[in-house]
Amino acid sequence: MLFTETMREEIVGAALPDLTKQQLLKALEDKQITDAQFEQIMTGVHAEFKSTRIEPLEAVGVIAAQSIGEPGTQMTMRTFHYAGVAEINVTLGLPRLIEIMDARKEPSTPTMTIHLSPDYNNDRDKARMVSWQIEAAPLHEFGDITTDMENMQVLVHVNEAVLAKRKISMDLIAETAQKKIRERRHYRDFEAEVVEQDHVILFTPKDQAKYQNLFQLAEHVRNVIVQGIDDIERVVVRKESGEYILYTEGSNLKDVFEVAGVDTTRTRTNNISEIAQVLGIEAARNAIMAEALSTLGEQGIKVDVRHIMLVADMMCMDGEVKQIGRHGIAGEKESVLSRAAFEVTVNHLLDAAVANEVDELNGVTENVIVGQPIQLGTGDVKLIAKPRT
Amino acid sequence: MSIRINVLDHVMVPDHQAMSEEEVQALLARYSITFDQLPKVFHDDPGVRQVNGKVGDVVRIIRQSHTAGIAEAYRLVVRRPKK
Repeated sequence: MLFTETMREEIVGAALPDLTKQQLLKALEDKQITDAQFEQIMTGVHAEFKSTRIEPLEAVGVIAAQSIGEPGTQMTMRTFHYAGVAEINVTLGLPRLIEIMDARKEPSTPTMTIHLSPDYNNDRDKARMVSWQIEAAPLHEFGDITTDMENMQVLVHVNEAVLAKRKISMDLIAETAQKKIRERRHYRDFEAEVVEQDHVILFTPKDQAKYQNLFQLAEHVRNVIVQGIDDIERVVVRKESGEYILYTEGSNLKDVFEVAGVDTTRTRTNNISEIAQVLGIEAARNAIMAEALSTLGEQGIKVDVRHIMLVADMMCMDGEVKQIGRHGIAGEKESVLSRAAFEVTVNHLLDAAVANEVDELNGVTENVIVGQPIQLGTGDVKLIAKPRT
Repeated sequence: MSIRINVLDHVMVPDHQAMSEEEVQALLARYSITFDQLPKVFHDDPGVRQVNGKVGDVVRIIRQSHTAGIAEAYRLVVRRPKK
């Protein structure tokens, strides 16, 4: 007898993980199978599934800690690697793993992988156009900058060819330069003027008395970013599996999402706190898992995803990304003794004494300290009497 | 943000759904837990804002799981504490 519709329904309705159901359906499709055989398979699968489930009160945290910690000892202490892309430097190995677990606000080498929308991703010139919009370009890349000490002026001789290449007008450059020097660099004592026929932008300090002002202004003018996103220092365009992808040094997810041509469904960064801000805590959880897995995997270390899932879940439980250490999960435990057992013992005990804190002795550590059975395994069995009514 | 993007379209963001009162009660009964034992999510989280979750709501999150294929998770919407 062939695999029937009722069998399919039984599989779909079974209390099994979705993946197992799909595998079952795929395996059984178009197979000759009797009802008895089907029953046998289903009971076998159910029993197997039950045996793979973790038992209640199993100390999964300790197992996860050990399973990530031991392979971690084999990781290279210091590796700087080029992530397959021409000269983009990315921290990998142990330093990166520590960075992820510590929930740093910014990684030491932030990078983004920017995917482009379909009308941009198979044309090198269009991809380059998008990259101009993203890569931070200081004013000195648009032409020569000279300081005229006689007339107390800073002159920017704008190169027309660069303007044409980067598709930006001189007025726009002059305008953004002024705005950014005032807002981002907090330097306000100057005036600017565009001399169209000479292709020159003229900057004059308000206070003409000191040369110091002139040199300060010249410095600001040289380095002010007039095109692109301030945090993104470099962009590399690469062709990968049939489409153009931008790799960046520096990261700013929010601003990159607003650039035309960027695919906002696939673009990602390695800055987890930025992901939490822009895409939410669930995306941050996924990012922690992906980053941890790839960091370990890159070193040839295989750690089961379930351990990393547990860590990521713990870090994202309260709606924000918390670090594993003193200022996060370990430091916010309910129990005084458990916290004191971790780091800065005296401070915790002292604070607890001042605040008149009570330890309920619910966890493992605190019960070990006071010498009681811990609430795991056989230690958790309690007798509950039901009063006869 | 000038252009509001739908964060749920991003590959890293799993689907979020606001849950009805009855669904929440059924969930709490199923696991025999109280409201505040659920994992939290802040009210201004982009995913929550996309489904118009209010403080006190529970959102269902349908994750793509490495081990189970599809896994459901639940989060209680709470106000973001002031720093």
